[in-house]
Amino acid sequence: MKKTCLAMMTVSLLFAISLLTACNKKENTEQSTNTTSEQQAAPAGAATPIDPATAAKVSGTVKFDGTAPKPAKIDMSQDPGCKGPNEAEAVVVEGGNLANVFVYVKDGLGSRTFDVPNDAVVLDQSGCKYHPHVLGVMAGQTVEIKNDDPTTHNIHPTPKDNREWNESQPPQAAPLQKNFAREEIMLPVKCNQHPWMKMYINVVKNPFFAVTDKSGKYEIKGLPPGDYTIAFVHEKLGEQDQKVTVAAKDTKTVDQTFKAGGM
Amino acid sequence: MQPASSVAKQSEGMSEEHVLKFIARPYNQGHHRFAVTLASWTFLLLIAGALVTSNDAGLSVPDWPTSFGSWYKIPKLVGGVRFEHIHRMIAQVAGLLTLILAIWTWRVEKRRWLRILALAAVGTVIAQGILGGLTVLFYLPPAISSAHAALAQTFFCIAVVIALFTGRQWIEEQPRIEFDTRRPALFTLTLLSIFVLYVQLVLGAIFRHHGMSWWPHVVNAVVVSFVLTWTAIRALSLYAHIEAVRRPAMLMLSLLIAQLCLGFAAFLTRVAWGKDAAQPELPMVVSTVAHVAVGALLLATAVVLAIQVWRHVPVAFEERIPQAHQDPSAA
Repeated sequence: MKKTCLAMMTVSLLFAISLLTACNKKENTEQSTNTTSEQQAAPAGAATPIDPATAAKVSGTVKFDGTAPKPAKIDMSQDPGCKGPNEAEAVVVEGGNLANVFVYVKDGLGSRTFDVPNDAVVLDQSGCKYHPHVLGVMAGQTVEIKNDDPTTHNIHPTPKDNREWNESQPPQAAPLQKNFAREEIMLPVKCNQHPWMKMYINVVKNPFFAVTDKSGKYEIKGLPPGDYTIAFVHEKLGEQDQKVTVAAKDTKTVDQTFKAGGM
Repeated sequence: MQPASSVAKQSEGMSEEHVLKFIARPYNQGHHRFAVTLASWTFLLLIAGALVTSNDAGLSVPDWPTSFGSWYKIPKLVGGVRFEHIHRMIAQVAGLLTLILAIWTWRVEKRRWLRILALAAVGTVIAQGILGGLTVLFYLPPAISSAHAALAQTFFCIAVVIALFTGRQWIEEQPRIEFDTRRPALFTLTLLSIFVLYVQLVLGAIFRHHGMSWWPHVVNAVVVSFVLTWTAIRALSLYAHIEAVRRPAMLMLSLLIAQLCLGFAAFLTRVAWGKDAAQPELPMVVSTVAHVAVGALLLATAVVLAIQVWRHVPVAFEERIPQAHQDPSAA
């Protein structure tokens, strides 16, 4: 019986150690991913010029096939400073069209480099929600974060490949100016004071991206002729890719459909 | 403290040696009540901490050791700040109570090991505060957050056993001793219970802090149920006539049943039904906080049972029996 006891203790201990080791391995893997991304984020030099006379356009509509889930209700009662629409924006479908899908050129640009825009992209906190819910930005581009609510928020991105930070922003405080150095798709941002507040920032290295509006539409302009992989990414429904070839001055329609079963 | 005459009166019928021991460490009601207060306050602190995790409010106050840059100003207690800042305030009081108890213990307590235990409580509460701070500064890494959760329950157990050791029953009772000749000994089983419960606590904490999946915690729950039931049944079937053993054994069994039900409820509300919830909902908060609280009570009860078994049902090594019989109150 004593042996049984010892055996059970040993098995339990080994079980715990192996799990902890597994956790460490995961952390190590994440660290090495970070290093790789850091290397990729090295200065790229001057931007590769694109002839505007040959620039093409890709646009389309993203559809949702199936019965859309009912939007989850948000309970904002824990903060009287929070007033506004109280429905979650995880899956927004209107008339079969899917909003908040990030569409970008994932592959096909080769070694081209692009200038980072000087204009900041605005992320607003209003009605204790983020506006927009999904945002696209180039690596290194400034994101200006504003608080239009009469309550304090904290902005907390939880990236995999970028630096994590967490800052509070009281009402009427000056906007925060932030940027993300490395490419990262669907980087979650949350507010720990208001746990329903979630949004996603997509950091890419090229300017060819868009987010679908409520009618599911998107448009990517100024694309040089070539063969590309267009990625459609949704926070819950995952990623779907399409290959497309555009010639000079082409206007291509590339639609995409996400199925309800993908959740 | 009781007057010496009263002590002498109560000790009628005892041997001279026992009377001397009795006078050497008289029951101090104020000291004991303060230790009970610390244990109760720590339980409240555990619940406050569990509320922070369950409401995903751990980083709502982004700085530490200050709160929004201030050492003393109380921020507006809305949203996640309500949980995080109240947790910090309760923790500060717990630290102060622990320090007072340690000083009090050093002044009034004759038992050196108990004075060291009170000092260890101070060390533990300081380490716990630092871990709490680190988890904020490093954005809730699973390893640090889980260590914070595990040390919280360790500290609770320390507070509970200090309350036990300063209690009237522990100090004044003449332990009824029965040597345990069965193998594994009941004392071994109680140690095994503490061990599997602690492993379970760590697995649960890592899962709660997003360090791994839920299944290791659920699988280990089967091991915990088996070991604790084995221990409680052994204690109740053989030593139910010893009140100090019967009561924690009964309590441990009852808490185990409650804990399994709460674990099932927490799994349903958080893992099965709540994975797509827009925010932590009341049923998942209530079930997970109750699961943490009852888990802490279960661990403390197992520790108390082990101590009482060690005192009342010592392991009968052949070479120890004759000597132990000569001095049955040694424990």
